[in-house]
Amino acid sequence: MLSRTADHLFWMSRYMERAENTARMLNVNYETSLLPQSAEATEQGWRGLLSISELTPAYLQRYKDFNGRDVMDFMVRDENNPSSILACLRAARENARAVRGTLTTEVWETQNQTWLEFNRLLREGAFMRDPGAFFEWVKFRSHLSRGVTVGTMLQDDSLHFLRIGTFLERGDNTARLLDVKFHALAGEYFGAGNDKESPEVDFYHWSAILRSVSGFEIYRKVYRNVIQPELVAELLILRPDMPRSLAACVNELVANLRLVANQHSGETLRRAGRLQADLQYGRIDEILATGLHAYLTQFLARVGDLGGGISRDFLVPEAA
Amino acid sequence: MPPSFDEMRISGSEVRDHYRTYERWLQAQPQDVMRDRRDEAEMIFRRVGITFAVYGAKDEDGSGTERLIPFDLIPRVIPSHEWEDMEKGLRQRVSALNRFLHDVYHDQEILKAGLVPAEQVLNNAQYRPEMRGVKVPGGVYSHISGVDIVRAANPDGSGSYYVLEDNLRVPSGVSYMLEDRKMMMRLFPDLFAMHRVAPVAHYPDLLLETLRAVAPAGVVEPAVVVLTPGMYNSAYFEHAFLAQQMGVELVEGQDLFVRDEHVFMRTTQGPKRVDVIYRRVDDDFLDPEVFRKDSTLGCAGILGVYRSGNITLANAIGTGVADDKSIYPYVPKMIEFYLGEKPILNNVPTYLCREAEDLKYVLANLNQLVVKEVHGAGGYGMLVGPAASKAEVEEFRTHLLTNPSNYIAQPTLSLSTCPTFVEAGIAPRHIDLRPFVLSGTEVQMVPGGLTRVALKEGSLVVNSSQGGGTKDTWVLED
Repeated sequence: MLSRTADHLFWMSRYMERAENTARMLNVNYETSLLPQSAEATEQGWRGLLSISELTPAYLQRYKDFNGRDVMDFMVRDENNPSSILACLRAARENARAVRGTLTTEVWETQNQTWLEFNRLLREGAFMRDPGAFFEWVKFRSHLSRGVTVGTMLQDDSLHFLRIGTFLERGDNTARLLDVKFHALAGEYFGAGNDKESPEVDFYHWSAILRSVSGFEIYRKVYRNVIQPELVAELLILRPDMPRSLAACVNELVANLRLVANQHSGETLRRAGRLQADLQYGRIDEILATGLHAYLTQFLARVGDLGGGISRDFLVPEAA
Repeated sequence: MPPSFDEMRISGSEVRDHYRTYERWLQAQPQDVMRDRRDEAEMIFRRVGITFAVYGAKDEDGSGTERLIPFDLIPRVIPSHEWEDMEKGLRQRVSALNRFLHDVYHDQEILKAGLVPAEQVLNNAQYRPEMRGVKVPGGVYSHISGVDIVRAANPDGSGSYYVLEDNLRVPSGVSYMLEDRKMMMRLFPDLFAMHRVAPVAHYPDLLLETLRAVAPAGVVEPAVVVLTPGMYNSAYFEHAFLAQQMGVELVEGQDLFVRDEHVFMRTTQGPKRVDVIYRRVDDDFLDPEVFRKDSTLGCAGILGVYRSGNITLANAIGTGVADDKSIYPYVPKMIEFYLGEKPILNNVPTYLCREAEDLKYVLANLNQLVVKEVHGAGGYGMLVGPAASKAEVEEFRTHLLTNPSNYIAQPTLSLSTCPTFVEAGIAPRHIDLRPFVLSGTEVQMVPGGLTRVALKEGSLVVNSSQGGGTKDTWVLED
């Protein structure tokens, strides 16, 4: 297929996935902010959300302090924030439009409809009225987008590049979520200095993280145990059967990369395979011993490197 | 000017034969049902994303510059005997135009015979000297031709079809013809049970067949692509639509490159050779090495490949010289010269302002004529005398005196009307027709074409960029 087409497909699914994960993070922060907690803790939550996405400086150019209303506004509908849900859905739709002939009618219409509906919901004030329901809607549209893709697309390179985009982005997003939350919550336990709050508050925070990746019930099912930070980390990093874990994302990434391999992509595939092996044979106690933050920082760098490799090998090849 | 010819009614109460069944049906439809159907159509068009770009506009939903082309619910109906004549006429006209194009880039017999003034052709900005002596497969230059036809009233109340202009460069609109039909069948399936409407949905098949038929000699399984200027072009939807319907790649200039006398596209599996390009990019932007240097829409070096016969461009480079408004008056002569036949389709009488006699007449009758720029398109740069203000007429007089050869003039035709569903209810609005003629090994077309309608009361300008809409076009089989 055309390299440019693959590029648009890759970014279409990345942006859709990013919109979903942003909605997930916002929702969990919004729900947490409704719990009885100190003003500092609440502010810390919003501050952390911006730092996950490396958006603190951009935010501070427009707003003074870290309150929920402003942060949500910035992350949901700020035209000038390239990571806002609005910007992601627009980019997903623009990328889809650029290759609408490659998508099935259902896939294109789903993307287009999402964008039209999103604007209508904003205009009608749905977001202000009930942020929780609004974030659910974004997640739902992402589910629909993914489902219609898998359910209607021919299983050729088009689908594989869509999947590559989805899982690269999801792996990146899960890692960022883990990093900032552990950083803020668990303090020195995981290698960063911070004050610990009471155990009960901890429970709500850990369960909130799990919920943000639809992992609360999964945690119970897998561990049949009280919520423990190391097990939460294990679930989200190493469990290959947890659909939003780093291991699951990298497994899918490698599988799809194999399917599209060309004569230039050997090195990218090797690096992806190595990352996959590290996750497959890694142990949570080792990871925690070296420091979770350092581990996740390295993971993000490796995922970024894979993204660059995919781009060079397939999407934006040097002039032939 | 006689009153307009109405496609549906002979008089207030009398309905033409071919509209009788439809008219009875329409009478039985409550207005609010029609309104609901119209809203439904608009919603579907928006969801499907059948839009065109308007430069410098912004939508309320923030999606930038995308607009719907208004779709009218009431079809334009053509009885099959009229279509049969029209089809013969189109076949004849497009064949002659292709012969003319081949001629002016080779032996120039028609110029030697003095039937068309040589300087009109050779000094025309649309004449491409680069094309001289270039062999194109099958001698076909205009593979896809859009011929604009109107029906005007005669003094006795009957109507006659006239060709208004030939579009031989990159005519657009065929996707609306296809989508309008799909929409009508979705909204009013019962109507199709009541009428024998000739189908049009096979157009992409005919187009693909045409494009494959003109592949460079020796290529067995030609790789066909559609070349688009990109998603911000006003006709992008159509480019994507046709590529998808034909199952071929939709490429942009940046996807193509030239190596070893061939054109390739960049794919995820390395370079892949391209044989036929249905290009929706104007000549000027096609090759920055030869034409506009600042173009990023084309492919550097493609003209060289084209001249060596290793790629087919549809349409060919340099077709604009045959659809230029200053060449238009000579088309009947071309038909006689190349085919030895009498023209079947009428031309509109045309005054060439470069001729002193004609100019004198035009200046004396400005308020009754339509004056057009020779190279104008899209309904811009024209004066509709009877509808223009004194100031506009005087402004055009100045233009005419400054640069007469830039203009032609024609009597103001009273374009036929067709009942149209507007805000106030059902009212007559002016329409035209653009059939799409495909030329490969043979000349083919689907019955009918795109009917455009001027939605403003009394307006004669049907272009979508100026408030025009579209209608489904039915050729009724007997």
